[in-house]
Amino acid sequence: MKIVDLPADDLQVVNIGLESFAQDLRDQGVVVVQLDWRPPAGGNARMAALLASLEDDDDDEAS
Amino acid sequence: MSIKQANQEAIRRIEEGNAMWIDLRLACDVVPGMEDHTVLHAGPPVGWENMCGPMRGAVIGACMFEGWASTPEEAIALAASGTLRFDSSHHHRAIGPMSGIITPSMQVNVVRNERFGLDTFSTLYMGTGKVLRHGAYDETVMAKLRWMNHELAPLLKAALQHAGGIDIMALVAQAVQMGDEMHNRNKASNPLLITQLAPHLVAVGERAQVIEALKFIDNAGHFILNMVMAGCKGILDAASGIADSTIVTAIARNGYETGIRVSGTGDRWFTAPAPQIKGVFFPGYGPDDANPDMGDSAITETLGLGSLAMAGAPAVVQYVGGTPEFAIETTMNMFEITVAESKTLKMPNLNFRGTPLGIDIRKVVKTGITPVINTGISCKRAGVGQIGAGLTAVPIACFEKALEAFATARAV
Amino acid sequence: MPLKTQVMVSFYQDSVILMRVAAQLRTLPDVREVAMFMGTPANHALLEQVGLATDTGRQAGPNDLIITVDANDDGVAADAIAAARTQLLETRKAREESSEFRPRSLESALQAMPGASLVSLSIPGPYVKDEALSALRHNRHLFIFSDNVPVEDEVQIKREAQRRGLLCMGPDQGTAYLGGKGLGFANVVKRGRVGCVAASGTGLQAVVSRLDALGEGVSHAIGVGGRDLSEAVGGLMALQALDALAADRETQAIVLISKPPHPSVLARVIDKMATIAKPIVVCCIGAAPGAAAANRLVWVETLDQAADAVVALLAGRTWQAARFSDGKQLAAQWARLDKPEAFAGRQILGLYTGGTLAYETGHLLQQALGADHPHRILDLGDDEYTIGRPHPMIDPRVRTEMIVKAGGDAAVGVMLLDLVLGLGANENPAESLVSAVHEARRIAADNGGRIAFLASILGTAGDPQGLESQTAQLHEAGIHLFATNADAARCAAMLVKPQLQAAWMNRECP
Repeated sequence: MKIVDLPADDLQVVNIGLESFAQDLRDQGVVVVQLDWRPPAGGNARMAALLASLEDDDDDEAS
Repeated sequence: MSIKQANQEAIRRIEEGNAMWIDLRLACDVVPGMEDHTVLHAGPPVGWENMCGPMRGAVIGACMFEGWASTPEEAIALAASGTLRFDSSHHHRAIGPMSGIITPSMQVNVVRNERFGLDTFSTLYMGTGKVLRHGAYDETVMAKLRWMNHELAPLLKAALQHAGGIDIMALVAQAVQMGDEMHNRNKASNPLLITQLAPHLVAVGERAQVIEALKFIDNAGHFILNMVMAGCKGILDAASGIADSTIVTAIARNGYETGIRVSGTGDRWFTAPAPQIKGVFFPGYGPDDANPDMGDSAITETLGLGSLAMAGAPAVVQYVGGTPEFAIETTMNMFEITVAESKTLKMPNLNFRGTPLGIDIRKVVKTGITPVINTGISCKRAGVGQIGAGLTAVPIACFEKALEAFATARAV
Repeated sequence: MPLKTQVMVSFYQDSVILMRVAAQLRTLPDVREVAMFMGTPANHALLEQVGLATDTGRQAGPNDLIITVDANDDGVAADAIAAARTQLLETRKAREESSEFRPRSLESALQAMPGASLVSLSIPGPYVKDEALSALRHNRHLFIFSDNVPVEDEVQIKREAQRRGLLCMGPDQGTAYLGGKGLGFANVVKRGRVGCVAASGTGLQAVVSRLDALGEGVSHAIGVGGRDLSEAVGGLMALQALDALAADRETQAIVLISKPPHPSVLARVIDKMATIAKPIVVCCIGAAPGAAAANRLVWVETLDQAADAVVALLAGRTWQAARFSDGKQLAAQWARLDKPEAFAGRQILGLYTGGTLAYETGHLLQQALGADHPHRILDLGDDEYTIGRPHPMIDPRVRTEMIVKAGGDAAVGVMLLDLVLGLGANENPAESLVSAVHEARRIAADNGGRIAFLASILGTAGDPQGLESQTAQLHEAGIHLFATNADAARCAAMLVKPQLQAAWMNRECP
């Protein structure tokens, strides 16, 4: 188990979901990017599951 | 290999590729598998019974050019009889816009991807309006076809030899910074081509010949398109067949279906019905006259040109419809479905950001954003020609099918 | 009239925006009901359940918006739908015209902002897992506000977070603080030296607000989600959080806030705490320390006590539990009650927007009253009340209706209320509360009865709603205000059971 490195003071957030949360963060001076989110694969659960199984991992290193 | 690594390899090969226009040759001499009575067409494989009006028109014109038939009726009968061998140009290292018909006696450009020793082929671009690729085959079209193959081609061949070849992708890189997207807007690239060719034409040709050739190339407006398309194909073909790569290597339409190919699944096509095109029409024509999306020219989009580079070519909206803001938004959306940015093709008004490169089928399916295509619109009736221009997209079904096939192949 | 439905294809909108528009449409004359939902399986089931499903609506997929109107005539319904469409399209257009760049994928978001340290998720529960794992794969911390996340998903996400040394704050976590910034529903509090681990939203808010009032600040407050300390999840994130705060230089004392954990999990948590050298306060509202409790741990019963205890520890003082949080204020409020004896034996109704506050009250009343005196303490943030409606901290309508309704319930003698301020909460919660109380009081009076309204405000001097003005509004409405939720609950108990008043106040208050 790795000990968590708590984020440094300069919090920067990707907000996925309720827009009000992005605004509340900006009001505190936090830099926020609001995602234009919608259900993956247009809501097609089978495609979404397929996609999840084919996702990249940042752990993958180029050979 | 992980998908990420495979895709990085695909991008690396794409970036190492180039496109030199080196020769004009007879199709039967250089196009692999170009046997007698072979008719290559744009898009994924399609038979005569399903061919759309303009493609049938182009087949008719080609049959008469070859001398296989002397009238349109004879040509139709020949096609329906099963005597002709139809196949996708893509299967033969060849490519063509709109109906993209290539037959043995036609002269073809030879474009070479030198790094990978890969040659690709396309016919000469006829111009706009009533032309063979849009399904027109009257005597003016046939006369032009004969002139291009018997008079223009030999002159160009000699000029190319004199020049030692012309670097097409170097022209493209310049033109992209001058507001071209290389599919529907070639206002800079075509003149650049003429500038490169002119001294060599003058060196090898007679004055009247050269004048006629230069005027023709200039009037055609998009003469460079067919070489660019061959160049894009050569660069992408070199990145095909990388197992585990989800990068799209071809997008092509035959007026009946749209198909894509993916590096990791090699030569397999994933198809869906060809969509309608939303756009602006020439006077006297409207949506009811329009043929569905057609042509191999989406190979430009596949390499990050065309609508993917639209942000750098906002003037194209005057031709296909929309606003400059829409042009930027389109490219920004295309960044969402690609894995890299071009190191050589830069858009000045996006702070010289590289064009979106490497369409990833996973990103397309996940976001639902499909590649937009800027394209001309053919009349659905044979013999008429182009009736407008506009925008369409590649059906999501192509990408969903590709994703399933890819996942199955990978699981093995 | 039959229901009228229109489906807007490929038109995803978040639930808060949809509910806001629906609420506006409901106020139109002759409109009986309005449903605006994305066509997800859960929403389809909900529409069937409430009788608002239609054939047209059933065609909608998860990315399509269903607008269904129940109105007195077809024309009214059509107008309402048109109004909804216009409003939504205008909102979308305004957003597109503002040059704010909105990426469509996490990858492009992280490309635009490579310095992002955290991904905040407030999307429907079934979609959380894939997005959360994606964020973890990109080595970012998580704040998950979403609820209705399957427990298997939660465990999978937290194990992955644990493996990578990342935070997963949630699911179903309403509040957190990292580096002085509040996530979700957060009060504006000082930065300082107290670290919190909270399986609770309003519970955390109550503790940090009181710390702020006492002059202490928060280093980080790591929310772990309401289910973290259950047997199924086993305290995965709580243990991770404790280690993180133990290692954090800013944190000089730690507070754990939650409802009673599963005994096996509590034991594991206590074992972990035994390895931490910093002073620790444990507030598990009702959970009793086991026999093997470490001496250094300070156990408290209520949220306000958690703040008081840690302040004392940091000052090097010993902390002792008192009967009341603020005996003086309670005595003053008691004195203002007109004939308190009239409330003996009456029923207590608690209508809460904060879940842990409701739980705290329930616990205190259970202890004080047991089975003797009937009381109903409702957490209006519970699923039961929030299906198709925003959280009561955002939209007070559900509570307002229930307060007014209770005014006509002759059995109800005492009403307990909370008022939660801070970022994310309603911009003037006192306003609707006050008008509801006036209405309820009037109805009760018409029936010859009386209700005592007892409340506490959860807020800080820095909160956007204005603590003073909110307090003044409640005062002016004759609502009895207490320093803490616990004191309000105790006062309610004393009102309905006079023996308690004798026992508690005559010993305690001057």
